[in-house]
This record gives sequence, C-alpha cells and structure tokens, in this order.
Amino acid sequence: MLRDITIGQYFPGNSIIHRLDPRFKIVITVLYIIMLFTGDSMICLAIGAVYTIMAMLLSQVKLKMFLKSVKPLMPFLLITAILNLFLVSSGDVLWRWKFMKITSGGINISIFMIVRIVLLIMGTSILTYTTSPITLTDAIERLLSPLKKLKFPVHELAMMMSIALRFIPTLIEETDKIISAQKARGAELDSGSFTARAKNLISILVPLFISSFRRADELATAMECRCYHGGEGRTRLRQLKSAPRDYIALAVTLLFLAAVIVIKITKPFSF
Amino acid sequence: MSILETQELTYTYSPGTPFEKTAVDHVSLKIEAGEMIGVMGHTGSGKSTLIQHFNGLLRPTSGKILLDGKDIWADKKKIRDVRFQVGLVFQYPEYQIFEETIFKDIAFGPKNMGLDDAEIKRRVLATANDIGLSEELMERSPFELSGGQKRRVAIAGVMAMEPKVLILDEPTAGLDPAGRDKILSHIKAYHERTGNTTLIVSHSMEDIATFADRILVMNKAKLFCFDETKKVFSRAEEISQIGLDVPQITKVFMELKKRGLDFGKEVYTVGYAKDLLLKQLSERTGE
Repeated sequence: MLRDITIGQYFPGNSIIHRLDPRFKIVITVLYIIMLFTGDSMICLAIGAVYTIMAMLLSQVKLKMFLKSVKPLMPFLLITAILNLFLVSSGDVLWRWKFMKITSGGINISIFMIVRIVLLIMGTSILTYTTSPITLTDAIERLLSPLKKLKFPVHELAMMMSIALRFIPTLIEETDKIISAQKARGAELDSGSFTARAKNLISILVPLFISSFRRADELATAMECRCYHGGEGRTRLRQLKSAPRDYIALAVTLLFLAAVIVIKITKPFSF
Repeated sequence: MSILETQELTYTYSPGTPFEKTAVDHVSLKIEAGEMIGVMGHTGSGKSTLIQHFNGLLRPTSGKILLDGKDIWADKKKIRDVRFQVGLVFQYPEYQIFEETIFKDIAFGPKNMGLDDAEIKRRVLATANDIGLSEELMERSPFELSGGQKRRVAIAGVMAMEPKVLILDEPTAGLDPAGRDKILSHIKAYHERTGNTTLIVSHSMEDIATFADRILVMNKAKLFCFDETKKVFSRAEEISQIGLDVPQITKVFMELKKRGLDFGKEVYTVGYAKDLLLKQLSERTGE
C-alpha cells in the first residue's frame, strides 16, 4: 500500500528532454509557470497548452503517467471549478434557482482555471519525470551557488535534500516491514476502534524513529570514512555542461512567454 | 489432520503491472502438529512470501491455507485470531521493539490477545525464562541490551502469545556463533517443552541438519521438496544444482564414498559422523 506513493518519481529515458541540462530545465520550468500565470485569456492558455503538449511528446513519457500526476488533485480541481461556477457573476445569466445562478462568465472562468491548473501540474511533472532527484539537487546547488557569497549553506542544503530523497524508498520499505511485524503480534492497524489504532501507531513510530537515527548515524560514519568534509574543494564526477540544445530550449520557451505577454498587452481581454 | 496445510497456494506481486512477479507458485504442502521443520531456499525463492501466508499477513492470489483444517480466509474478520495461533518472528526482529521496558514489550502480543494481567505476567515470565532472559532484566529498557539479547526479547514477544505454530525467519542472522547456538538451543528447548510446531528459515545447513525433522526446500517460487532431513540431504547433487549447500560433513562422506569408503548411511551431523567412525574403528581393531 505504501509502495504506491510516487513522490518525485523519475522515469529513466534518453529523450531530448531527459538530456537537457537540469539547470536549464529548472529555469525553463520557472518561466513556464510565469507564462501560465501571466496569460489571462483563452488564447494565452492555448499557447501554453501547445507548449505543454510539445514538451510532453518530446519527453517520451507515457500519457498515462501525466494523467496519474493530476489524479490526486482532482478534489481540489473540482472545488475550484464549483466555486468559480457559482460565485462569478459576470456575463449572461444562463440558469437561476433561488439565490444560485450560473453565468457564461462563470463557465468561462471555471474552464479557464481547470485547464490552467492541469497544465501547471502536467508541465511541472515533466521536470521530475525526466530528471533524477540527484541531478535535480545538483542543479539546484549550482543555481543557488551565488548565495554562497551571503554565507548561505547551499551545498549543505543540497546534500540534505539528496539524502532525504534517497531515503524515501528505504523508509517506506522499513515501515512496511515494521507494520507486518507488529501485525504479527496482533496490533490492530487496519481494523479496530480509532483509539486502538492511534495507540498502535506508537508501535510503528518508535521503531521507525530509532532505525532512522541509527541509519543517520551509520551514514554519517560512512561519509566520514570516505573523507567527506563538506562542499569546499569538492569536485564532481558528472559535470553539468550546457549544450546548444539547452539554449535552443530556453529560446523557444522565451518566445512562447513573449507571445503570451504581447497578447496580454495588445489585446486586453477579461471576463 | 494436519495443523497447517496449503492447497495450490499462489501469490503474485503487483498483478497487472510491468512489475508483476509470481513469488509463490502452486505450492501444496502439509505440516503435522509437533514437527520441527527447517525451511531452505535461495534469496528470492519465495520462502519469506510463503511463511507470511501462514499467519494471514498476505492473502493468496489463488489457493487456500488451512489451519486445523479450516480455511483461514473463510472469515476475514477472524484473521487476527489466526495471527495469535501462528506466531511469526521476522528477520532482524529486534527492530520491532518499542516499549520502555522489556516486560512491556514481551507483553505487547499477549495484551493484544486480551488476556488478563495475571495470565500476561505468567506468560511473559515463562517465555523470558525459556529464552534465557533473567527476571531482573524485565524492568530494564530493551534498548540497553546487546544485539543478541534484543533479538531474544523480540522472539519472546512472539512466543509469549503461545502460538500453536511458531515460525522464525532466520532467527540467527548476523549473530556470532555463541549467540547463534544459544538462540537455537532455546528455541529447541521451548519446542520440546510445549510440543508446538516450529518452522525455522535458515541458510545454515549445519543448523538445519541438527534440529529439523523435515526440510522444506523452495526454489524459484516452487516447492522443490519437502521431506525427512536425511532424504533431503541424500539428494545433495540436486540441492547444490539449485544453488544451496549440504552440510560440510555430508560433503566429506560423499567424497569418502567416491573414493571407495562407503558407510551405507546418510551422514549430516558431526556428532553422528563421530559415532559412526568410532564404531567402524572399534570393529576394525576388534577383527
């Protein structure tokens, strides 16, 4: 059951998107988010959709995976749509019942919001689907490196992030094991009253904490044994190198962003 | 009637996905009450998956598990009772310890059974004694103990439920030889005292050879064989073909046989080998 959690899931591959420099991918994703939130008309959204579909196709990740990324946010989407549908009162009134009414503006905005959020989720999941967590933290470290001048512990932060990501599957496996072991001793975890279940949670959490501390201790020793002493003077096995394709990808993204901005300025259109 | 029986037991992990894997494939076996059984098999042979079916932690994809002739999944709500009757000790069980005192941790299982305090106390002290933990340890924190002692606390935690069937998954993994012998002899003593049914998963052929009445061998999700210890080890060739080993002493006697010194018997424990050799020697000197 716990195995189904897919935080920052990564699908190895060799598509052009996979091969992009992760630093560029992060910057492009930020620009993409700006693009989606700058546009305030359906045309802008259509441009965003074209861009997203293009990137999705290039990434060669199965469409099913993108649909899966949207699934957990369904309730949120639904609430957003319903609130907009009933609370927006611009445009022609199409349907009225007592104090409730639906207007053409409401329908427009509901659709607009849903499409925008879906695009946002799908677009940003391209980043995590095509970039391994380790490369991602590497890129974050490099992008944040100017902050080092301000004595901000960039390397330490990135190292903590990669360790945390690395141990998610390990901890899930560990939790599964402890749950089975306590169930074998008759702990009620998926049956019984709420208080009984809450009480039994202690029997899971205590061993989990203890083993996490033990693991942290062992990891620290192992890292010291391999002469880890922080980021200073540390070199990398895999250097991040930007290639022409990275600049092309960035240029294409900027072009789309510019188009959205131009449309927004020249054709101000609101509901 | 067998105490534990499986009928065409099959279990598939993540069915319908690319990660689909059949871990147990049509396994049918019968375990009689009071037996001491050794379970062997390669890593990934399906033995851990199989034993997790015996107490209802995993539900078979198809097939049945019968406890005392009754299907354990006949009533889903009663599965917890099955877990009290079939005690399962996981690998490295010391990582499941969580209570403040040793007494409380051993009492966790019996408490979940809903026993009264007097009975819980009796069971905890009896099992602690069986497993070789002295009574003055009971109020100490389990986290102060040595690795081997922690392991014994965890095993006692399952034993205290007084299950009809006790299953231990590699109870001696990672212990030093002294700790290993201690745990095995305690388990054996407990088995003899209570007359329960015991299954021990082990990678050590020497250990299995000394305690097991019968041996269950799993290979590639299938039941490879389930027979008396001497019969299993007489199939040394096949056993080594599936990547398992026979006791070293058996190998010695097989080599002797090859070189023309046939004792006409299967030898799998050092003690037995010694007796056999001494007898041979005295016969020869007597000639």
